[in-house]
Amino acid sequence: MIIEIGHFALVLALAVAAYQTIVPQWGAWRNDGPLMASGRVAALLQVLLIGLAFVALTHAYLTSDFSVMNVAENSHSDKPLIYKISGVWGNHEGSMLLWVFILAIFGAAVALFGSNLPATLKARILSVQGSIGLAFLIFLVASSNPFLRLLPAPIEGNGLNPILQDPALAFHPPFLYAGYVGLSIAFSFAVAALIEGRVDAAWARWVRPWTLVSWALLTIGIGMGAWWAYYELGWGGFWFWDPVENASFMPWLVATALLHSAIVVEKRGALKIWTILLSILAFSLSLVGTFLVRSGVLTSVHAFAVDPARGVFILAILAVFIGGSLTLFALRAPSLKAGGLFATVSREGGLVLNNLLLSAACAAVFIGTLYPLALETLTGEKISVGAPYFNLTFGPIFMPLLLLVPLGPMLTWKRADVMASLRRLWWAAAAALALTLVVLALVLRGPWLAPLGVALGFWLMLGSAAELVQRIGLGSQPLNIVWARLKGLPRSAFGTALAHGGLGLLVIGVIILSLWKEEHIVSIKPGEQIPVAGYSVLFKGIEPLHGPNYDGRLGRFEITRSGALVKEVVSEKRLFRPRGMPTTEVGLLQAFWGDVYVVLGDEGANGAHVVRASFNPMASFIWLGAFVMFLGGLLSLTDRRLRIGVPKRAAVAAVPQAAE
Amino acid sequence: MTRKQTRTAIILASLAVLGLAAGLILYAIRDTIVFFYTPSEISEKAVKPGTRFRLGGLVETGTLKQGENAVYTFAVTDTVANMPVSYTGQLPDLFREGQGVVAEGVLQADGSFVADTVLAKHDENYMPKDVADKLREKGVWQEGQKGTNP
Repeated sequence: MIIEIGHFALVLALAVAAYQTIVPQWGAWRNDGPLMASGRVAALLQVLLIGLAFVALTHAYLTSDFSVMNVAENSHSDKPLIYKISGVWGNHEGSMLLWVFILAIFGAAVALFGSNLPATLKARILSVQGSIGLAFLIFLVASSNPFLRLLPAPIEGNGLNPILQDPALAFHPPFLYAGYVGLSIAFSFAVAALIEGRVDAAWARWVRPWTLVSWALLTIGIGMGAWWAYYELGWGGFWFWDPVENASFMPWLVATALLHSAIVVEKRGALKIWTILLSILAFSLSLVGTFLVRSGVLTSVHAFAVDPARGVFILAILAVFIGGSLTLFALRAPSLKAGGLFATVSREGGLVLNNLLLSAACAAVFIGTLYPLALETLTGEKISVGAPYFNLTFGPIFMPLLLLVPLGPMLTWKRADVMASLRRLWWAAAAALALTLVVLALVLRGPWLAPLGVALGFWLMLGSAAELVQRIGLGSQPLNIVWARLKGLPRSAFGTALAHGGLGLLVIGVIILSLWKEEHIVSIKPGEQIPVAGYSVLFKGIEPLHGPNYDGRLGRFEITRSGALVKEVVSEKRLFRPRGMPTTEVGLLQAFWGDVYVVLGDEGANGAHVVRASFNPMASFIWLGAFVMFLGGLLSLTDRRLRIGVPKRAAVAAVPQAAE
Repeated sequence: MTRKQTRTAIILASLAVLGLAAGLILYAIRDTIVFFYTPSEISEKAVKPGTRFRLGGLVETGTLKQGENAVYTFAVTDTVANMPVSYTGQLPDLFREGQGVVAEGVLQADGSFVADTVLAKHDENYMPKDVADKLREKGVWQEGQKGTNP
């Protein structure tokens, strides 16, 4: 019964979305207050209905109701509770329901918190948001309905893919989806502004917090995904340049560009057209990502069961939204008035360069991801584009960007003096260089790129600190003034410094782990040991293993350093009962300077086992860096300016600014 | 500085960055992509020793052997031809005889294949799409057989 209520709620939500698409837009056209206001009610109703559907499906998972096809195919009664819940979005239908649910939550958030938006703009935003919801609800109901019944109901379910039964992965999709879908708000704002034909500082200030939320969620979502790949997949890497990973990385790159270009619109009224285009592109890439993951066109380590008909459906949605918004852009963008003047060397100029490099990096990733697909469609030739391509293209484009990050915030608006800005950074540069030399003296080996990466990381961290030091006048002003300035500093300043500093941590982690990793794969018997990076991994023995829904064997290992026990770790070979699928659990010792990573392999002749032991230096810096960037985003979000400081739209702004 | 000068500077910078990116991408695409072959295509297309490519097919039943120090040998077949493969390291969890596999590595002068990567798949019934397509072309494998997507 509950399932039927959920099914009914979903269909009802579709009708509400249709209303939300048409009526507020019509109201804005006619300038009809009540019609426009009804969009707010529709958005709230929609989130309630989809929420009800989501709860109904979750209930079916919790009670293991195998008469529901989706539950029977993806759940099992002896699965632990947390994975019964995460199982809801561990499959295609459920994850699309979550997608639409998050979309509705964002729509409702605009309806609730957008009280200071002009009525017509708000109505149009809700209408565009409603149309995205409508498209995906049709997709859900027509081709991916999670509420279909199965008769006769099986006694037991198929179980969730065991590799997804992991705490990090339970929460990775919701965060990532929230980031993806959050970009729909920037998209709706952009399309609404194009329809209205007006973009100004107020528009940028409204759109910025939504972009910031999406960016922060994408950052932490991608970080969690990398962390999961690192310790669950067992191959010791964290990023594979796999198409599905790239699908989440491209929106992140464009969202980062958007975050920065919106600052220019907000502060200086320039780069309007470009910012609108980025808003459209960011969400378009989210849609492309959804298409790539959900259509099955990809050969990917992440591509789960897929169905070509769904691919065509998503492709149609893609064509309508991307094609439609870009056409609207081409028609209306020229009428947007250009904003403030600036010199080439200025904060604006710096942000333009930031956007150029981020866009070029995104283009390189885009071509590397889609080229094999295009080639196969056109010529039938099968190729794969892997890490070497991305290292060769993404690396050289991203390096200069990283180098310039600390300089950007030092430049002044309108016109800047590069030499003066660099002088304020000299101590950060000197300290970064000194620290790099210390690191080099300690670890004198490996490719030349490693010290360069370390230097870049330190430069990013110290450079971001230098900006704060400069702003509060530390070292040049008396302490009471420094204290007063520190208290007066907007939170967004700390947010920027944190995000840029977190990027530094991430860069150090990524480069050092990639280049200074030490790995040994040997066949050893219990009692034997593998020396790795000053540690010693002693193989204690094999024991049988019995988990809640799996059996298998586990290997015990003692990790010692100069004779003293550091930690005993366990690496498991699990065989999941419902599907008979094997997985491996990694034995992991996490430490500040690096992780010891032990993986049990196959049994060979006379009791020997293949064991892989590696030392992954600075691995934790990657997750820490992503988390610090996430915190930076959140901190910026609490800035007073974004909370309450939304300005009244100046009457002057309505008067066309003097163009050239 | 006038708007026109700023615009010129921005356009020049964009062209420079775009040109750099395009150059890098073209160079990288020519130099870093790897092709995908099944065992019978290696002789058909006269692939030279020393070439790096992805080899796809089924792990031939009865050929998997574990040697000293984590060296594995097995044969990959598309049932028309087969190719001996050696790999040092840990095989993915889902590696099994009779199942689809994709291995990346270099063709040796003696006609064998030394793989440095054997690809893991996330799903136990998953047939790599490339392998399925190629095997379907060869008429070896049909939809609905064990090893299809559920």
